[in-house]
Amino acid sequence: MKQALEQIKTAAVEALEKCDNLKALEELKVKYLGKKGELTAILKQMGKLSAEERPVIGQLANEVRSTIEEEVKTRTAALKEKELEEQLAAEKIDVTMPGKKFQVGKKHPLTLVMDEIKEIFLGMGFDVVDGPEVELDYYNFEALNIPKNHPARDTQDTFYINDNVVMRTQTSPVQVRTMEKRKPPIRIISPGRVYRSDALDATHSPVFHQIEGLVVDKGITMSDLKGTLEMFVKSLYGEDSVVRFRPHHFPFTEPSAEMDVMCFNCHGEGCRICKGEGWIEILGAGMVHPKVLQNCGIDPEEYSGFAFGMGLERVVMRRFAIDDIRMFFENDQRFLDQF
Amino acid sequence: MNLSMKWLSDYVDIDVTPKQFSDDLTMSGSKVEGYETEGSEISNVVVGKVLSIEKHPDADKLVVCQIDVGQDEPIQIVTGATNVVEGALVPVCLDNSTLPGGKKIKKGKLRGVVSNGMMCSLGELGLTVHDFPYAIEDGIFLIEEECTVGQDIQSALGLNDTSVEFEITSNRPDCLSVIGLARETAATYHVPLHVKAPEVKDKNDGDRAENYLKVDVENTELCPRYTAKIVKNVKIGPSPRWMRERLRASGVRPINNFVDITNYVMLEYGQPMHAFDLKYVEGNHIIVRNAKAGETMMTLDGIDRTFSPEMLVIADEKKPVAVAGVMGGEYSGIMDDTTTVVFESANFNGPSVRLTAKKLGMRTDASSRYEKGISADSTMECVLRACELVELLGAGEVVDGVIDVDHSDKTPKQVPFTPDWINRFLGIELPSEEMVKILTSLGFTVENDLITVPYYRIDIEHKADVAEEIARIYGYNKIPTTAPTGISRGVVTPEQKFERTINNTMLSLGCNEIMTYSFISPKAYDSILLPSDSKLRKSVTISNPLGEDTSIMRTTTIPSTLDIVSRNYNNRNPYFWAYEIGREYIPVEGELLPQENPQLTIALYGNDADFYTLKGMVETLFNRLRVEDADVSPCSDCPTFHPGRCAVLSKDGKEIGILGEISPKVAQNYGIGTKVYLAKLDVNTMHALASAEKAYRPLPKYPAATRDLSLLCDEDLPIINIEKTIKKAVGSILEKVELFDVYKGAQVGEHQKSVAYSIVMRSDKGTLTDEEADNAMKRTLKQLEKIGVTLRM
Repeated sequence: MKQALEQIKTAAVEALEKCDNLKALEELKVKYLGKKGELTAILKQMGKLSAEERPVIGQLANEVRSTIEEEVKTRTAALKEKELEEQLAAEKIDVTMPGKKFQVGKKHPLTLVMDEIKEIFLGMGFDVVDGPEVELDYYNFEALNIPKNHPARDTQDTFYINDNVVMRTQTSPVQVRTMEKRKPPIRIISPGRVYRSDALDATHSPVFHQIEGLVVDKGITMSDLKGTLEMFVKSLYGEDSVVRFRPHHFPFTEPSAEMDVMCFNCHGEGCRICKGEGWIEILGAGMVHPKVLQNCGIDPEEYSGFAFGMGLERVVMRRFAIDDIRMFFENDQRFLDQF
Repeated sequence: MNLSMKWLSDYVDIDVTPKQFSDDLTMSGSKVEGYETEGSEISNVVVGKVLSIEKHPDADKLVVCQIDVGQDEPIQIVTGATNVVEGALVPVCLDNSTLPGGKKIKKGKLRGVVSNGMMCSLGELGLTVHDFPYAIEDGIFLIEEECTVGQDIQSALGLNDTSVEFEITSNRPDCLSVIGLARETAATYHVPLHVKAPEVKDKNDGDRAENYLKVDVENTELCPRYTAKIVKNVKIGPSPRWMRERLRASGVRPINNFVDITNYVMLEYGQPMHAFDLKYVEGNHIIVRNAKAGETMMTLDGIDRTFSPEMLVIADEKKPVAVAGVMGGEYSGIMDDTTTVVFESANFNGPSVRLTAKKLGMRTDASSRYEKGISADSTMECVLRACELVELLGAGEVVDGVIDVDHSDKTPKQVPFTPDWINRFLGIELPSEEMVKILTSLGFTVENDLITVPYYRIDIEHKADVAEEIARIYGYNKIPTTAPTGISRGVVTPEQKFERTINNTMLSLGCNEIMTYSFISPKAYDSILLPSDSKLRKSVTISNPLGEDTSIMRTTTIPSTLDIVSRNYNNRNPYFWAYEIGREYIPVEGELLPQENPQLTIALYGNDADFYTLKGMVETLFNRLRVEDADVSPCSDCPTFHPGRCAVLSKDGKEIGILGEISPKVAQNYGIGTKVYLAKLDVNTMHALASAEKAYRPLPKYPAATRDLSLLCDEDLPIINIEKTIKKAVGSILEKVELFDVYKGAQVGEHQKSVAYSIVMRSDKGTLTDEEADNAMKRTLKQLEKIGVTLRM
């Protein structure tokens, strides 16, 4: 019996070593280890053995079984590995072929930048407030210290609906409406469409977008205005941006300023992009005129504030080197796909 | 405003380059747009003296000149000019010289004779006969100025002034003058300002202005002050060179001494002046009055003007002689035979001048100054300055006495001086003495915490205005940068979040965002076949549109969207999937302002888009927005759309919007040769109908039971009816009902269709038994039979 066990072991190991596919391996496993297998057949004869022989043969039988099992395991792993390799080799594809196409929409470039600007101000604690585009003359002009026949009305070519209603020329009326409704502290931006009767050409559009902002609270100073707007510009254009504030005039702010950012291209030397000035005008700003606060029911002795406003189209045009404002409103697919 | 630097130097002593000057004044509040140095394009051109003129040996029309240009030897120049005479002083371009416009002169030969340069004309030097009235237009400029042979032409002709161009804001009309800018310059550089009051000595000869002219002002509101002086025995002629040079540098064309004096004073002080010939003032009586309706006059520019009663005119006893503050009349102007001149220096109401100028369509330098507001205080000084110049120029005899009809308010404007408030307001710590220094340099006086505003500063009314004066001279860029104190939230409203979700969903569905104009042509309503009695044809109308195409505010976004679709189609873009959230402007009865409703408009063509692509998008969007179980009903009466491929979406009886295939007729109106699918959904309605955020539902514990139903029904039966019936009949155990096949054709009867559904049922209480599932199907089939749907055998 001992001999028979040894024989089975030798034969099994030999056969397993020669085996070259998983199916044959499975057959060998059944042949040697299965219920009707050779090893089982021998073990069935154990009963005939003497009490002394039984543990010895039993031990041997177990050794043979585990040797065969071990060998089956090793061969299975090896054959699986081989099979996988063959499969991988057969599955090779041309990875340089183009991928499947997915159609994803693109934000309009104006929205792209507008969203960035909104994010910056939201992060600085500003609310985004909206208002009507067809607006009362009062909110667009009079409450902002621009009475009828004021020369400043000439600089904003206005579309009139009638004597009392205009297409808003700026988003400032939203500020007035906000001040009427809310008590300070106020910190808002009002982005949106504005209208001026400029004929459409490469640099003018009768419809364009503005972002205006307003801060009103106790103790707001001109240095706060400077700090806030500098922070904004650094967020939009990068930490190394350099700004300057120039005195200017707006009827609704006093003092008023224009903010320039040093030309990104020539760093102040003067070039084609900044028209030789070295600086690019970015926005207008100022301390809210006491009369405007008063018009909105806010006591200028108790509160102060600052306001600012900028045009969106020019910012976007500079950013993407777009030289024709009409592209924004023509909405050609080939234009929209680029952003 | 163009400022002559030479003129400026009469009032302030500064020594800076034009570039530095421009930067400094810009930063203190007077924005410089640019500057130009006269004659900067001219080089190597000198004064020469013609020594001899000889005939050219080989050309009849040329002469050979020997010219002394201050060098050891005279130089030889060949010219075709005929006005050159021996002994004349002429501008000579030497070899390698340049002239305005980039013209270069080199020596050469003319018909074989060496020519070492060129003599030039006024035009070639960039000048006109207005600059040198004695010269001729064509021909060599024969110089009559005091100059020396060999002298640079720039200095010989006074071409060395620099003209600085300022962009003056509308609140500072005082800076539209040399003295105003000199005052700003003095304050900017902390140097003294030298302004001398004009002096005209009385003759005491008994002749007085009142003997010549009577002035009555009928409307003292529109004309608060009228000041006039008389000059007799005038000698009309060109003004001296220095005056012509300054006018030229300021961009004003010299005409004759009297006109030049009025312009000179206006440029110097900012106060418009008018000079007219006394002999044309009938009755020697000036009446400042409102025009009579239909009254006419020819203005200096030769155009007949018709007036209306709100306009103010300067009239004599019979007729208007000038439009107040705008322009004088053609026939009362200064002519060569004028002997007695009236200088008028008046103050007119700004808004009135603005309206008159606008109505007559003639904005002049004077009117644009008046409309910004000028103080009545300056009229006297200016009329005296004009007379002082008359004496300086020897242009006539100034008559004693001045006519001054003055109804202007003389109370000085005062503002409290609040240094602490100013420091707090600006965020600086400037000692009050420094503030006083700044204010004094700008002409303010500070006494007992009270600031007296100089008459020319019409813009100063409030302490905030004073703060600006301090800030700009102190330097905006010296103000520190701080952040506002206190915490505040940046609130994103539910509406804004809702729009964000729409945007994100539409982008992820493959649509590009577009932006369209919100005004349209009234014809657009016809293009989309909007019924003629539609309420939407009533639009907000712009009274002064750029053109018909942009004259009304849209009541529907469809035309603007189709315009863009059309453009893309005609630009041969093979497909176009786009959306926009844009407003419609719906007039509201009894309200001044329309309702502005944001709409989501989606438009598709190409890339296999069909009705169900668009509908699928809308369904996905509704799912994302939690607009659940919206009703879809076929719509065959909206002419914009295909009658068999259009649906109205609604929920709880509220209409959300419409979707469908654009009618071929409409597509044709827009020049679109392909099928276009368009949806328009009201954003606010969707928001109102959206369900609230829901709590998480645990994942199912028990398996689902699935049954497929193959059904047969009339081909016209809307699928939604079957689906609704299934939902209702299966009840709460229904998890999902999915249509997976619709078939029409030979296999089913005529006018019939076969519809196949997969129905998934699940309970959260236990595994559904076959019996439960089958019972649900039995229930369902029974209900379906009622609407004419049978099981397909």
